[in-house]
Amino acid sequence: MKIRILPGVQLTLGVCLCLSGALLGAAEVNVYSARKENLIKPLLLRFEEQTDIRVNLITGKADALLQRIVSEGDHSPADVLITTDAGRLYRAQQSQVLQPVDSQILKESVPRQYRDPNGYWYALSLRVRPIMYAADRIRPEELSTYEALGEPLWKQKICVRSSNNIYNQSLVASLLAHLGQEDTLRWTERLVGNFARPPQGGDRDQIRAVAAGQCGLAIANSYYLGKMLTSKDPAQRQAAEKVKVFWPNQEGRGVHVNISGGAVAKYSKNRTSAIKLLEFLASDDAQQWYAETNFEYPVKPGIRPSKMLESWGKFKADSLNLHRLGELNANAVMIMDRARWK
Amino acid sequence: MGFFQRFRQQKSNLGWLLFAVSTALLLSIPVATVLYSVILPTSDIWSHLRSTVLADYALNSLVLAVGVCIGTSLIGISTAWLCSAYSFPGRKLFSWTLLLPLAFPPYIIAYTYTGMLDFAGPVQSVMRSLFGWEYGDYWFPEIRSIAGAIIMISLVLYPYVYLLLRTAFSEQSSSLREASHMFGVGPYKTLFTIILPMARPALVAGLTLVVMETLADYGTVHYFGVPTFTTGILRTWFGLGDLIAATQQASLLLLCVFAVILAERYSRKVAHYQNPAKIQKSWRYPLSGAKAVAAIVICSLPVLLGFIVPALQLGAWTLRTAPEIIDRSFFTLIFNTVQLAVIVTLIIVTASAVLAYGKRVGTHFSIPYTVNLSAMGYAVPGVIIAVGVLLPFAWLDHALDGWLQRNLGISSGLILTGTLASLAFAHVVRFMAIGLNSVDASLAKIHRSIDDAAQLLGCKTFERFANIHLPMIRGGILTAALLVFVEVTKELPATLVLRPFDFNTLAVRTYELASDERLADASSSALLIVAISVLPILMLNRSIIKSGVIHGAQT
Repeated sequence: MKIRILPGVQLTLGVCLCLSGALLGAAEVNVYSARKENLIKPLLLRFEEQTDIRVNLITGKADALLQRIVSEGDHSPADVLITTDAGRLYRAQQSQVLQPVDSQILKESVPRQYRDPNGYWYALSLRVRPIMYAADRIRPEELSTYEALGEPLWKQKICVRSSNNIYNQSLVASLLAHLGQEDTLRWTERLVGNFARPPQGGDRDQIRAVAAGQCGLAIANSYYLGKMLTSKDPAQRQAAEKVKVFWPNQEGRGVHVNISGGAVAKYSKNRTSAIKLLEFLASDDAQQWYAETNFEYPVKPGIRPSKMLESWGKFKADSLNLHRLGELNANAVMIMDRARWK
Repeated sequence: MGFFQRFRQQKSNLGWLLFAVSTALLLSIPVATVLYSVILPTSDIWSHLRSTVLADYALNSLVLAVGVCIGTSLIGISTAWLCSAYSFPGRKLFSWTLLLPLAFPPYIIAYTYTGMLDFAGPVQSVMRSLFGWEYGDYWFPEIRSIAGAIIMISLVLYPYVYLLLRTAFSEQSSSLREASHMFGVGPYKTLFTIILPMARPALVAGLTLVVMETLADYGTVHYFGVPTFTTGILRTWFGLGDLIAATQQASLLLLCVFAVILAERYSRKVAHYQNPAKIQKSWRYPLSGAKAVAAIVICSLPVLLGFIVPALQLGAWTLRTAPEIIDRSFFTLIFNTVQLAVIVTLIIVTASAVLAYGKRVGTHFSIPYTVNLSAMGYAVPGVIIAVGVLLPFAWLDHALDGWLQRNLGISSGLILTGTLASLAFAHVVRFMAIGLNSVDASLAKIHRSIDDAAQLLGCKTFERFANIHLPMIRGGILTAALLVFVEVTKELPATLVLRPFDFNTLAVRTYELASDERLADASSSALLIVAISVLPILMLNRSIIKSGVIHGAQT
């Protein structure tokens, strides 16, 4: 008898579970994130606790996730798309998989230049790409602008990663927006001529190479330095302590910034929850978390950056509207190809 | 054979052939999707690529492929020959430890060695502080270069060549070596004039896998800053935002690989490689003294550099980071990884047997091509395979949903996209070549006279396969299963794109941490991938020895 009852019990249990899920209407939100799991999951867990909305997550490369949303079409389970640069959000909007969001909270939290003019996407944190220099060999007075990195003074002195990297593509795109095609190409060629070694590795590798003396300067996102300074690995800490941050173009347009940001998918079935999640990610709590944990700058005005960020000093950020970076990205890659930036 | 007879034979095989061809076609869909892009209009990005980077991509890919071929041949041939033909202390130990580097995904060994050897790493730092050197005072080979990439990839891929050659050597009758020895021919000459030419199918099968895997590698060359076709494909897609041009680039790569395979097939068309019956006892050249030491050194270097050193480094990192990194979610990671690997392995093994046998019984010239097309996915970078799976599956989902809505008024939503099914399918397509090559190679060793005899005795196609061939190729099938299992455990890019919600594997976790340059934190999951892969590799070794015994040849 037992044997006969067991499957029946299982079935009933299963049906009950399914029904309870459906009846309670357990709210959920599906997130496609280009931010890596360990840099988003803690925030999502906090959101789940606060709201009782269940968050399902997949992470991956932004373009691949975007392609998945496009292919899935109007059945896509995606509610929220999170990327680590503005260009991809622009591309998503161009692919017509986003919907505009009109949220007072988001508008108040995110300054105008860090969100799409029509509300298709909102920045959630700022990622700044300054110049870093070897404190013992380079005098900061010698440094001034990104443009000046093309001068012969820096021959064999500059380390930077491959042009496959989106942060470099965005940097060149910002120069395109400010200087135009001809000058940007000339600058890129001169910069490549000043490389101390062929581009390789990631941003931390550039910082390490500066510390070890292979180059005098690196262009790298500031949060990498923050992570190295707080690393458990003494070698990373020692290396990072030899390197200082310089904010370029402070007399002019300001240092180049990119963002990580979020958007609501066009065919989202959980629109309300999706907007709630974006609002949560722009809240004081979450903004503080970015600064404390990942050393990114809060996008919301008035949030105090962490001690570490404060120690690097205040800076003026480029106010270029970031959707321009998306528009100019392909052009920037072509210029880097022509300048033989590997 | 007369026309009528041939027709009858063909007819009796018809069921099997239909099944094989439809399986092959199904598996070809992603590659066909990629190839389809060739007939789409080209954008002006192509003229930009041609005038700037395309030549670099092609040259670097060629240098990389040739370099890795040379590297894996040098290591693979020498070690396989030493372990099969000579007796020296430690031979038995080496014969299985030489397989261990297969457990390392190329990108992980690349990350590990870079961590140790680059300018800012411990080795050079110690040298600098010992001798008071600074940058530019001394020369040290640059690990992050094309030469470095060749060495890294060779170190983890040579086991393919070694494995297939060792099997081939052990299946060759040792009386060949004995006879050659008695006629006063030295071991070198014997190797290059008799043994190696006879083992050509095995060598070629191994090198084909190596080349395809090398061309599809993204992690290593990306990290080393070596622009190849593969990094170029992703740059065109991600950087220039042009997926069509990217798949066209992938097609170009595929066509090159196809051409190489066809050329090789054509060049050995005339030769036959079926081995005569074997003799029970195995005979080996004895080695002693300096020569034995040399053999030990040659065999231990690949194991040391390809497995022990990087595993120790990962172990050291793991000890430091494990308490923080390893939590409950780790068990889910292991479960997901193993689950996926088991599903994919079962499918590939079955499909390989169906296809390889279909190739054997099918007499029409188109069948081998169709079958081989289904194995092309191995040369395609995983992320492109993912696109090749995503597009047709999503189309199918939408077509089905549309039909149901029109006719029954219900919506099926997405049945295939974003499920374990599409993820498993992508893996099957990506690694089919491994299964097929290995089953194919062991089928090829069964003399056709056996088929003919069975047929004369009235054995039907399926009976012949189940009762005669299957027991004889058990070793080949097990080899296929274990190799596929290891590969799926290591796979990354397709998994990233196609996985269901909250479905993480060890490779995904490793990649996310390593690509964030948190190498030490990534070491726990990396080490687990290696550990999970080691077990099948050890089984692999046992199965080959055992199948050798079945065949009557001791190894």
